[in-house]
Amino acid sequence: MLEARDLAVLAQVSAGLPLCPRPYAQIGMELGMDEAEIINRVAALKAQGLIKRLGVIVKHRPLGYRANAMVVWDVPDELIKELGATISRFSFVNLCYQRPRQPEWPYNLYCMIHGKDRTTVLAQLEQLNDVCSLARYGRQILFSRRCFKQRGAVYQAQQLTVAAHG
Amino acid sequence: MDDIDRNIVNTLQVGFPICDAPYRQVAESLGISESELLARLQALLANGTLTRFGPLYNAEQMGGALTLAAVKIPAERFEEVTEIINAFPEVAHNYARSHELNMWFVLATETPEQQQQTIDAIARQTGLIVYNMPKLKEYFVNLRLEA
Repeated sequence: MLEARDLAVLAQVSAGLPLCPRPYAQIGMELGMDEAEIINRVAALKAQGLIKRLGVIVKHRPLGYRANAMVVWDVPDELIKELGATISRFSFVNLCYQRPRQPEWPYNLYCMIHGKDRTTVLAQLEQLNDVCSLARYGRQILFSRRCFKQRGAVYQAQQLTVAAHG
Repeated sequence: MDDIDRNIVNTLQVGFPICDAPYRQVAESLGISESELLARLQALLANGTLTRFGPLYNAEQMGGALTLAAVKIPAERFEEVTEIINAFPEVAHNYARSHELNMWFVLATETPEQQQQTIDAIARQTGLIVYNMPKLKEYFVNLRLEA
């Protein structure tokens, strides 16, 4: 269970780590804790998995990632685990999930590819198709046309920004 | 963006040390000074290459709920419906996609109950069917993009 002091640390670093030589000491100063306590608490929260990662969150487009494809397949339920694991081994795959089928939407396996351009992404998909023998299954490729929002989740109650990629 | 910036972005997407002088440690591994690293990070945040520098929390462990949802918006209502959906603070990501289901968004709520309430509210305000597709199983996540 999270202690109040952990929550205070999470909330304080939520907006970002201070850009100064002793960032954890700086956070401690704001909270009335010493540097060692902040370091210990952040390390423990990371070890517990509550902090997934410390680091930078990039915007796709300034880095030249302009083609974002969501690819969905309708694969037999008994094969989905194996196919999901195989697809996940490709370095160009960014996300791979199983999601429920819907009326008029029979797809259950989802994968996201962030690429620099469509041609590259389509070639990568062909590679997936060949290696995983996916051509026999129904498939849709949904390229993004516009990005309206790309940010973390904001939890008002705790003032935390959380990884949000569905 | 030069090679040093690219190096910084690639290195800091992997992680950041938890120690008393973490920037100095990263700077040393990149072969630049601590002050240069801090200045470059500041600039990358200011020009929008980086959205944030800090922790990424695990939503489910925080008690929150995430889902992916989609709607079919008639072409003539696209702008209007986009505005309605973007106005919800629970919408974390939102993309227009090339398909009949032409808008896909991630909903992040503080509780699972709020997720259904938000879906219902979006359906009510837009008059559209909202397809709710929460993940059943996560096989892989790697959102690092090489700069």
